Amino acid sequence: MGEPYRTQTAGSHLIGRAVIYTLLVLFALYYLMPLFVMLTTSLKTLDDIRTGNLLALPVQLSFDAWTKAWDSACTGVYCGGLKGNFLNSVSFVVPAVIISTLIGAFNGYVLTMWRFKGSDLLFTALLIGCFIPFQVVLLPMAQTLGWLGIANSTAGLVFVHVVYGLAFTTLFFRNFYVTVPVELTKAARIDGAGFFTIFWRIILPLSPPIIVVCVIWQFTQIWNDFLFGVVFSSGQRQPITVALNNLVNTTTGVKEYNVDMAAAIIAGLPTLLVYVLAGKYFVRGLTAGAVKG
Amino acid sequence: MNQPAGGASPALTRARRGIADYVETALPKIVLGPTLLCALIFVYGFIAWTAWLSFTESRILPRYDFAGLVQYIALFANDRWWTAVKNLGIFAGLFIGFCLVTGLVLAILLDQRIRAEGFLRAIYLYPMALSFIVTGTAWRWILNPGLGLEHLVRQLGFEHFTFDWIVTPGMSIYAVVIAGVWQSTGFVMALFLAGLRGIDDAIIKAAQVDGAGPVRIYGSIVIPSLRPVFFSSLIILGHIAIKSFDLVMALTGGGPGFSSDLPATFMYTFAFNRNQIGLGAASAMMMLMTVVAIIVPMIYSETRRQRHG
Repeated sequence: MGEPYRTQTAGSHLIGRAVIYTLLVLFALYYLMPLFVMLTTSLKTLDDIRTGNLLALPVQLSFDAWTKAWDSACTGVYCGGLKGNFLNSVSFVVPAVIISTLIGAFNGYVLTMWRFKGSDLLFTALLIGCFIPFQVVLLPMAQTLGWLGIANSTAGLVFVHVVYGLAFTTLFFRNFYVTVPVELTKAARIDGAGFFTIFWRIILPLSPPIIVVCVIWQFTQIWNDFLFGVVFSSGQRQPITVALNNLVNTTTGVKEYNVDMAAAIIAGLPTLLVYVLAGKYFVRGLTAGAVKG
Repeated sequence: MNQPAGGASPALTRARRGIADYVETALPKIVLGPTLLCALIFVYGFIAWTAWLSFTESRILPRYDFAGLVQYIALFANDRWWTAVKNLGIFAGLFIGFCLVTGLVLAILLDQRIRAEGFLRAIYLYPMALSFIVTGTAWRWILNPGLGLEHLVRQLGFEHFTFDWIVTPGMSIYAVVIAGVWQSTGFVMALFLAGLRGIDDAIIKAAQVDGAGPVRIYGSIVIPSLRPVFFSSLIILGHIAIKSFDLVMALTGGGPGFSSDLPATFMYTFAFNRNQIGLGAASAMMMLMTVVAIIVPMIYSETRRQRHG
């Protein structure tokens, strides 16, 4: 069971272990520090922030910053907090995730079980969409959304996120279905089962793990997106990431760090929650894209 | 197949079945079609469109008369662009370097049969779940000289301690590196850890029999065999670096002045805030060409190497 090369000789063994654990704990504290600072700062009063320091605990717990960030904080001239933007994000993230995952599943199915001449080449051409810097499509897309009449709307953001998410979702499903033996579908085909029957009866029941991976990946990507949000929406239609940035950069009045931190936690909470609940699948999504390149 | 029970003539049935067969064989292509069309228009077509814009004199509105290289000439004469390029060099170099080294160290440390490994791993990796905007907001507060880290250390008695990178031109890009590394190291660690777990123990046991110590084993067996992981981490990190936009926007807003601009923030500022569409398009094309210039040879050489063993 032991992997002896991973341990030292007897004498230095104990010291070595102590050093390893100390380093690991120090790293852990470093990674936790910003979260701790965000949380404690959001629960402090402004006086408390001024008299105390970054790592000090709140003298008196105050949830005022949280209600303000949600309800009444000002971004520019508008003072309604982030609740509207939070709901905006929900309203385009959910459809965009569902649609891109569904299409990705069908694409992956075709690219593995129904290959045709040139399908591998098409897949490669599609994959390039994962690598382009999106700056190169922003100007044409801004114009196109205007022509389609969906500029600065929920539909527009759903559209953009679906279009540029398809390469990733297709990649996920294709790499997953490639491990499913083709014999399984071949046998069904001989029995006269058609394209959709095989998908619903054979492929879909195998798919829950990759669906979870894909949904979590897409949810994290789209919820956390800033570039498309800041370019393709304005005013009250902006997603939470853009609103958070505006809130922090609003220079009128006193700088309320506690409200900034509460707002940042609100913006990060959904993806953090997903990470805590389904971390295993989150990591699998991160590495699934990477291992294949 | 059974004969149809009267009604339609055999010829018609055959024709119908012909259509059905055709649909059945074409169905996969029909299903894949919309995605391919999207890629063709919204990726390739839009790249061509942006390329065209970069050869025009478009300012507040797009114009389509060819004007040659004026925008590229203007871009290369623009100090702010060169600051952005230089910053990208600094940021990418340090960001990738620190992420790779720290990620590898963490992975090797975690690979020593550690108690609570899963728990520690979860802590190192959680920043990946946050957006760069949230990360930037948090670090902006931590690094602010007035009440942040500087204030904390001064309270501890070091009254002349200064840590004001975030508001100092020429240093603010290093503040971006700090936050970027904090966010992305866990991801690299996860990749390396997966790579370490995939190494064949038999090779290592053989080396031990030959009397190799742990340093030697890591130096000449374990780390070299992680080459593919280095490769994919490098691509992913390089890609994050070139696309970096949100982190700078949230942390420094490109400031002070434009001292922490990156090409991505440059493009946004000129294309959407300053109504210089042509210049924005030219800078976007430069970003694309950088990605192509780095990624294509890397993928090419790596696939070649794999093919030749």
